[in-house]
Amino acid sequence: MLHTVNKSPFEKNSLASCLRLASAGSVILLYEDGIYAALKGTRFESTITDALKNHTIYVLTPDVEARGMSVDKIIAGVKPTDYAGFVDLVTGNNSVQAWL
Amino acid sequence: MSEGIVKRFMYVNRKAPYGTIYALESLEVVLIGAAFDQDVTLAFVDDGVYQLKKDQDTKGMGVKNFSPTYNALGDYDIKKLYVEKESLEERGLTQDDLINVVYEDEDDDYAEKPALFVVSKEEMSDIMAQQDVVLSF
Amino acid sequence: MKLAVLVNEGPYQHQASDSAYQFTKAALEKGHEIFRVFFYHDGVNNGTRLTVPPQDDRNIVDRWSTLSKEHNLDLVVCVAAAQRRGILDENEAKRNGKDANNIADGFRISGLGQLIEAGIQADRLVVFGD
Repeated sequence: MLHTVNKSPFEKNSLASCLRLASAGSVILLYEDGIYAALKGTRFESTITDALKNHTIYVLTPDVEARGMSVDKIIAGVKPTDYAGFVDLVTGNNSVQAWL
Repeated sequence: MSEGIVKRFMYVNRKAPYGTIYALESLEVVLIGAAFDQDVTLAFVDDGVYQLKKDQDTKGMGVKNFSPTYNALGDYDIKKLYVEKESLEERGLTQDDLINVVYEDEDDDYAEKPALFVVSKEEMSDIMAQQDVVLSF
Repeated sequence: MKLAVLVNEGPYQHQASDSAYQFTKAALEKGHEIFRVFFYHDGVNNGTRLTVPPQDDRNIVDRWSTLSKEHNLDLVVCVAAAQRRGILDENEAKRNGKDANNIADGFRISGLGQLIEAGIQADRLVVFGD
């Protein structure tokens, strides 16, 4: 399953709930305000680093760049992708669950 | 209506009632969706568990109390409402605080059976992983 | 693949409509079929032809209308949600005694059954919201 998270972890519990309930081996895409979780130096960095042990995590670069962040601030192991990649993630996984 | 295709549909509810319209309008999708004979599950996680709180009284607030609709879900053949235990506990709630959603089993002399189940996060995770179509509101 | 998209939020207020648009466009460019884009909750506001956004930024409604025409997309606005929020086509306006209609080009108003059908018929359904 592909899990999408589009809200900031500072604003909502969407990322926390996603990580609590997403099965091991599932894929997570951070986009819109969700990208903030993918950046080095926040209090969520270790949460993401831990999550990487059980999930493949992607971040949408257009949303990173729009917010003035640079792709080299992305936590090591989180894979940058674009809208075409988003489409591939949807078709490449059995189903999609949006954590709004 | 579904031409034989049966998919596992899950409606995920994570928001409290009344503060926003998502609880009400997601229920409207569930009711319409019932006519399509799919394999339907409703999941209540985070503030979504508040949607099932008993004794909702909206008179002072001036909006329609739509919580009786949850009681009626059994009539629409909706038999799987899963409420996450961890979400209930961190809100100081137990199953006793929730609407008793039941359905009548037509294969068992219309005996009344529970449709609402409190499940652990591990069980909820497994249930979610099995779904074909997930609608989030 | 056949993809279905659900948009839960209105134009400009949330990024949902933008993200849904970019996703839909990328899917079409990759040769996928978009079975339906369904607009629910405040998402129905993407279907009003009366927006006059600033000229120096994207026109969200027109963008959907144009994409719809170019690719013969089925953009469906939920009738129940639309009635609550005042999005009407000619029929709905007449039926409900309203003196105007405002549905945008390329959109049509229909029931929630269209969303369920999209979930059944498409290979994937992606939700954009808040």
